[in-house]
Amino acid sequence: MTELIRLSAAALAQKLASREISAVEATQAHLDRIAHVDGGDDGVHAFLHVNTDEALAVAAGVDKARANSEELHALAGVPIAVKDLIVTKGQPTTAGSKILEGWHSPYDATVIRRLRAAGMPILGKTNLDEFAMGSSTEHSAYGPTRNPWDLDRIPGGSGGGSAAAVAAFEAPLALGTDTGGSIRQPGAVTGTVGVKPTYGGVSRYGAIAMASSLDQIGPVSRTVLDSALLHEVIGGHDPNDSTSLTDPLGALVEAARLGNVEGMRIGVIKELQGEGYQAGVLTRFQESLELLRGAGAEIVEVSCPNFEYALGAYYLIMPSEASSNLAKYDGVRFGLRVVPDGAPTIERVMGATRAAGFGDEVKRRIILGTYALSAGYYAAYYGSAQKVRTLIQRDFDNAFKQADVLISPTAPTTAFKLGEKLNDPLAMYLNDVATIPANMAGVPGLSLPGGLADEDGLPVGIQLLAPARQDARLYRVGAVLESLLEASWGGPLLDRAPALRPDVLGSNGAADRVETSTAGGTN
Amino acid sequence: MAEINREDVAHLARLAHIDMSAEELDRMTGELAVIVDSIKRVSEVAGDDIPTTSHPIPLSNVYREDVVGETLTNEEALSGAPDNADGRFKVPAILDGE
Amino acid sequence: MVMATEEILSFEEALEKYDPVLGFEVHVELNTQTKMFSSAPNAFGDTPNTNVTPVDLGLPGVLPVVNRVAVESSIKIGLALGCKIAEKCYFARKNYFYPDTPKNFQTSQYDDPIAYDGSIDIELADGTVFTVEIERAHMEEDAGKLTHMGGSTGRIHGAEFSLVDYNRAGVPLVEIVTKPIVGAGARAPELAKAYVAAIREIVKNLGVSDAKMERGNVRCDANVSLKPKGQEKFGTRTETKNVNSLRAVEHAVRYEIQRHAAVLDSGTPITQETRHWHEDTRSTTSGRPKSDADDYRYFPEPDLVPIVTTEDWIERLRAELPEPPAERRKRLQQDWGYSDAEFRDVVNAGVMSSIEDTIAAGVKPAVARKWWMGEISRRAKVADVEPSELGVTPELIVELNSLIESGKINDKLSREVLDGVLAGEGTPTEVVEARGLAVVSDDGPLLEAIDAALAAQPDVADKIRGGKVQAVGAIVGGVMKATRGQADAGRVRELILQRLGVEG
Repeated sequence: MTELIRLSAAALAQKLASREISAVEATQAHLDRIAHVDGGDDGVHAFLHVNTDEALAVAAGVDKARANSEELHALAGVPIAVKDLIVTKGQPTTAGSKILEGWHSPYDATVIRRLRAAGMPILGKTNLDEFAMGSSTEHSAYGPTRNPWDLDRIPGGSGGGSAAAVAAFEAPLALGTDTGGSIRQPGAVTGTVGVKPTYGGVSRYGAIAMASSLDQIGPVSRTVLDSALLHEVIGGHDPNDSTSLTDPLGALVEAARLGNVEGMRIGVIKELQGEGYQAGVLTRFQESLELLRGAGAEIVEVSCPNFEYALGAYYLIMPSEASSNLAKYDGVRFGLRVVPDGAPTIERVMGATRAAGFGDEVKRRIILGTYALSAGYYAAYYGSAQKVRTLIQRDFDNAFKQADVLISPTAPTTAFKLGEKLNDPLAMYLNDVATIPANMAGVPGLSLPGGLADEDGLPVGIQLLAPARQDARLYRVGAVLESLLEASWGGPLLDRAPALRPDVLGSNGAADRVETSTAGGTN
Repeated sequence: MAEINREDVAHLARLAHIDMSAEELDRMTGELAVIVDSIKRVSEVAGDDIPTTSHPIPLSNVYREDVVGETLTNEEALSGAPDNADGRFKVPAILDGE
Repeated sequence: MVMATEEILSFEEALEKYDPVLGFEVHVELNTQTKMFSSAPNAFGDTPNTNVTPVDLGLPGVLPVVNRVAVESSIKIGLALGCKIAEKCYFARKNYFYPDTPKNFQTSQYDDPIAYDGSIDIELADGTVFTVEIERAHMEEDAGKLTHMGGSTGRIHGAEFSLVDYNRAGVPLVEIVTKPIVGAGARAPELAKAYVAAIREIVKNLGVSDAKMERGNVRCDANVSLKPKGQEKFGTRTETKNVNSLRAVEHAVRYEIQRHAAVLDSGTPITQETRHWHEDTRSTTSGRPKSDADDYRYFPEPDLVPIVTTEDWIERLRAELPEPPAERRKRLQQDWGYSDAEFRDVVNAGVMSSIEDTIAAGVKPAVARKWWMGEISRRAKVADVEPSELGVTPELIVELNSLIESGKINDKLSREVLDGVLAGEGTPTEVVEARGLAVVSDDGPLLEAIDAALAAQPDVADKIRGGKVQAVGAIVGGVMKATRGQADAGRVRELILQRLGVEG
């Protein structure tokens, strides 16, 4: 069992195809792992809902189809976890909010339909910051997710649940959503891979909107190849999403398999390093650059001078769109309704429902967005931010004239302690400083593990960025860097993660966990 | 650019239909003031000659053909409703009584 | 809320002191198969909350996709109103909370409507033409339907709760907004009615809307303000909502002019507010004042991409436009050779299309007019229906007319034949047969009757013989009476003169 859950999705798919294992075995192994490590006070708490029966039924269906020699998708029977921002029939969808507690969608998101069509059992729904607003998953109304590397630390956010599930071997694959880094930053701090596709590359239909012009669904995995495999399942045109691209996705899996970087120009973004970046993060980043150079890539420096305004513009555009997107949660058609005493009007019911149903961070962003769009402020705030967006796009255009792919640390720091930044919204926002520009410009980004920071032994993420529609380049370069790094480590980075609840598995001593979390890694 | 004050926040909360206690308004005003202060620099570089970008990838003319598709049943439509009657969503009175 | 009866000035007095300024926002529901942003059927009167997809309920995660036909219909409306069509335009979100609005924002257009800067000529009943400038026509979506329950009135006031049906939510609308209309003076109420009628006619003629006001396919918000005679600056306006029949538009504008005048006369400023029209009392009551709650926080809809119109696209749509109603009228009047007064009467009676069809079926314009403006209009008035609703077909008129022209029946008899046909007794020929209505054309019986009539009035017969041919009428009358009208009066005259040896 232990062996099974540590397999990559690609390896699992191979064993399923060769009938070495069954889909039911693979699914059950992950369900067992979830039961083992996810619950309880010091559990990972990656899942808000575990979809046991349906997942096993889908797996059984795949096994039966295989027994009948029916043609199956390459990932048929490979289980997956889904961020609870994506609507699913037959399971609750909460968006991490009290306002949707107990709500069941009467329809499936497009990506869910595609998972179902591929025969991938859905293990359950993963935790997130409420409505994906946060960088730590602490803003979930259902309690935080813990970082499998150190249970006292945050798993990143908003998609901390998906990243932690994959890092804790509860799932080989997961879906995330990325509005300002919510796939990539959790990937960085949990030592996993996360990809934000080109805007429009994956349908948003059924992803509960935070900021429509920034949101993208993307893959979460432990290897670059696995993300490419999942990306090809979920990607491609969807007529239900007007912003969905009609362009072919490109040969993503092929790019990941045949990766080489010889002669490629890789641009280091001058503005995304230095001040504000943890020393251990920068050390690992430099090592990655050296490895790429050694593999034949040309490392060039590029400047994106307007990136310094990206965070500010993001915190105007995102809340503006969110304030409008979240207006529908009013206690009329679905979800929570709070009725104040007396004979209240619907207006008062709406006010009370939204007051009780939304958490602080959501309220902050709604108020901020309402402000940015309101009469008299629109031009100075929202309008200016839309201009900055143009400037950021121009910065990318210029940078991509000098480089095929851009590179930076994914997040300025490693995982911080739970509660550390909870009362300092601005400090929390700064986690996304390196990931936000990609969302502002719609370009694709990938984060992969770059090693452990010397000072705390926690994972560091390396971010790759490519021009819009050139997602394949991310996989090509990412796969090369991954294999060079793993060669230098002697195996995957997650092999170094502490065992979770090892007492039951009977390997290392239980006391190791706490010790490891404070002493950090040994890189 | 103007600072954000407690009165602004109270007004915005009304616009956004979120009830807020006095204590919450105080706290929110403080937090928003810090955030607004840090983001207002965007207008520094937003010159008149710079066009705005509302959509990250420029697309145009995306349409659906005018063909009826699948609809929800009445039961599905009302499945998430906090209250319903007579096949419809039921809501409290819209205006205060006389 | 108490329904106060407000002071009003007489219309004449109001106009002595003030010039009214009008403005209209007319919402036209398009008759597409599906909704503006979803594939739910655009249908009226079905079981509540069944013509909905997750998109129309604004469920979490949904996204809109624009209906191509709705865009093309909007462009056609713009072209028919003489508007410029935007080269590029966006949808925008208008943010406000209301339970009939599923997303708590309406997807609309803001500073770049699909069509702008047009004008149409409005012809009043007496032929006076007013040019109304169109500011814009933009696309948006309709809201759901609220029903207020409990309380006694069924109105929003005093209701205990409300029920929401989202079948109408997302139905495509085009909102047509005029520029301020000045100079209509005492004709303002009449112009208001004629303007809305013209919009209704245009969208119906285009085939883009069912255009039934009683079903809410065309809904009018009427803005009225007054300025003292000679003053340039416009006064404060009120917006009277949901004035949903042509008659009501006329009355509401008239009422608001009278009410504004009384308010201004008393030295009080007009409150900028919405007003509600009440058909029963033919008056308006105060609605919601404009307030900071009207901060709609418009911004470009990020879930929809812009519409970019090419010249080819617009020209293809322009080629599909039917002839504009005003041009059609001009052409028809010329073709038919009616005088201005005759033609205006035809238009006002609502029988222009019927006449057109009847002429096409094969009768002369004068004959078609005689039928539709005469006998058929008279019957319609009695039955209190539109002339076109009586069931008289062009073919029927052709047949009646040929019976008259061949002398088989006369005008008087033709009315009886029409009675029979409309009573379901068969074709005109069958009715003539069955009712025995044919004109007596055999000279034998006629000559008998003529001889009898001449014998009865020998003095008249002598006058005729003496050359007073005009006296023949008295004898003809006697013969017609004797034959109960079934004789051809012309033939009777001829025979009388022959009998008396006089040249006719």
